[in-house]
Amino acid sequence: MPDDIFSLMRDSIIAGAPDTASYLAQKAIADGTAPLDAINDGYVPGMHDVGEQFARGQMFLPDMMASAEAMRAAMAVLDPELKKLGADRPTSGVVVLGTTKGDIHEIGKILVGTLLTAHGFQVHDLGADVSGEKFAAKAQELSADIVGVSALLTTTMRNQKTVIEALERSGIRAQVKVMVGGAPVTRRWAEEIGADGYAKDAMSAVALARELMSQKTGPPTPEPIGSGEVV
Amino acid sequence: MRPKFEMLDNPLIERILAEAFQLIKDPGIRVAPYVEDLLRGVGIPVKDGVAHIPEPLARNALQSVPREFFLYDRNGSPAVHYGGNHVHFDPGSSCLNILDPQTQQARPAITSDLVRLIQVAEMLPQFAAQSTAMVCNDVPAEIGDWYRLLLVLWYSEKPVVTGAFSAHSLHTLIDLLAIECGGREAFRRHPRAIFDVCPSPPLNWSEFASQNLVDLARAGIPAEIVSMPLAGATAPVTLAGSVVQHAAECISGIVIHQLAQPGASIVWGAAPAIFDMRSGKTPMGAIETAMLDVACAEVGKHLGLPTHAYMVAGDGRVIDAQVEMESGMSAVLGALAGINMISGAGMLDFLACHSIEKLVIDAEAIASAQRLLQGIEPRGDSLATAMFTQTGLAGDFLKLKDTRALFRQEQHFPSPVIDRGLPQMNGGGILDRANQRVEELLSAYKRNPLPPDREKEIIAFAEREGQKFGLKRVGEILSRVPDFEGALF
Repeated sequence: MPDDIFSLMRDSIIAGAPDTASYLAQKAIADGTAPLDAINDGYVPGMHDVGEQFARGQMFLPDMMASAEAMRAAMAVLDPELKKLGADRPTSGVVVLGTTKGDIHEIGKILVGTLLTAHGFQVHDLGADVSGEKFAAKAQELSADIVGVSALLTTTMRNQKTVIEALERSGIRAQVKVMVGGAPVTRRWAEEIGADGYAKDAMSAVALARELMSQKTGPPTPEPIGSGEVV
Repeated sequence: MRPKFEMLDNPLIERILAEAFQLIKDPGIRVAPYVEDLLRGVGIPVKDGVAHIPEPLARNALQSVPREFFLYDRNGSPAVHYGGNHVHFDPGSSCLNILDPQTQQARPAITSDLVRLIQVAEMLPQFAAQSTAMVCNDVPAEIGDWYRLLLVLWYSEKPVVTGAFSAHSLHTLIDLLAIECGGREAFRRHPRAIFDVCPSPPLNWSEFASQNLVDLARAGIPAEIVSMPLAGATAPVTLAGSVVQHAAECISGIVIHQLAQPGASIVWGAAPAIFDMRSGKTPMGAIETAMLDVACAEVGKHLGLPTHAYMVAGDGRVIDAQVEMESGMSAVLGALAGINMISGAGMLDFLACHSIEKLVIDAEAIASAQRLLQGIEPRGDSLATAMFTQTGLAGDFLKLKDTRALFRQEQHFPSPVIDRGLPQMNGGGILDRANQRVEELLSAYKRNPLPPDREKEIIAFAEREGQKFGLKRVGEILSRVPDFEGALF
């Protein structure tokens, strides 16, 4: 029976069906399934599958967005249950993500967030037009591992530097890795402003985030065992 | 008969416009505080930063837009005719990277790259206008806007398609253009430049873009709306839906612009693209992107407005068959659609990179498109029979006087970039030929100086503007530019 429901959970994520994902989560709780088992054996394998299919060009962005939505729906049910048990959701890392001040473009950043989520990171998306101070405050509040700063315009790209400066001012720069991206951003620019990494697209951002986590914590664990969430 | 290409029939255009008028009223258009009073002044409700524009007011604004206008060259002669089915091309603009001519690898563009591109574009008649094509990464970003325009004005006599990256720098650019033209009034009378102004999709005129619209209208300088719906990401996934959004963004921009100064010149422009659902990229070379460009322009033409589009760009990272197939195809479609200004030549890698070698190859595609526009003309009373009367069935057409008299009108002769089997084309690919062509054009280029007093004024302007950002050695930066040294020191 649990294997069946785990399989259905996985399928609900791949199909991008939030109502089904939510229903199955409620059913699992009612049936006495441990919330962490539902996450690790049901929903997370679904997101892994989605991430792999996307990387192979076999899944399209609207499908992946729907999968992320289904994951969110399941976690909205399971997170409170985890809290009741006093358990924490294991994660590949905590990422604070946003588009820099003065820039309202979000697409690239949303893709990065969705893919990071699919690969087990816990993602807190601050949205667009985000000040350096807001990045720093959120990173401090969550004890974030990584801050990801996106910019689409040459004019707003400069504000990626102000995020790093804000992290320095708040005294947490040493604890947080900073990755930058966006259409005008280059590796040279990332080096110039003192970022820890640059990713040219969403898939590279996942590889970069894993690399940055291994720099923080040592060699990577074999597979992420928890799920992320785009908040 | 001039050949033409259309994507939309009249009933569909009317539907597109009907929905666009609906959108600007509800949900409305997000506008900046800078223009709220202007809109409220004519009774347009603005609530929580969103303007709800009634159709009759929008139609009034569309009526007051000039149906045509000219951009002028340095000598004050009309050189670009916006309006009707006049077709012009200019290089793509504001690019950060260049394909290095030696390595053919992308790297950040610097001053000498932009100067080379300007000089090559100046030598190519296919380009009626220049653009501020590249961001020069070797100068501080704060001076970037006026610096690249200054280089264009220094090395070119053609009109310029340009734009400002901030509300503040717009006025600096206008000051510079006024110096170059011999005063504000001269620039206003014979504008040499047009400024691109971009709404933020969907349906948002940001503070900086709103301000640019108003300030350009009041300064009497032509503006070119470049609306950029990304089908499936920042606009409806359907092409028709994206064209509706484009129309709504253009119409609302025109309302703001015409309220600021009725009768000011403005262009219905576009840089739409589809959003690739596998990569998240915005392919400029996709056929659907070209379809969007053509359809957006058709709606503008239906309203009788001057038009613009972003085409002739490819998406590969190197100059290859894909890039040139995409660029050539959209050059032809844009020309057949009768779009007044087609920007984008020279660009590749999703507009992230410029290439001077690609620019000269694109120029050949453009020349072919321009030939195509001339269509097939009857020349003389007889199409063929009179020539057969002369040759009979022997068919010695090469000897006919008519052949000699007419072949130059009938055939376009491409530059050696195109392999037509001439003896000197022994081996080598198109990249080799393009490289050679670039070098030949650069060797043949000769700068025509401005009057000495204006050159001095321009240099004084550069020193003054540089000092505002604490840059004490702008002269030194400028002296790196070929031909600038003599003027500076």
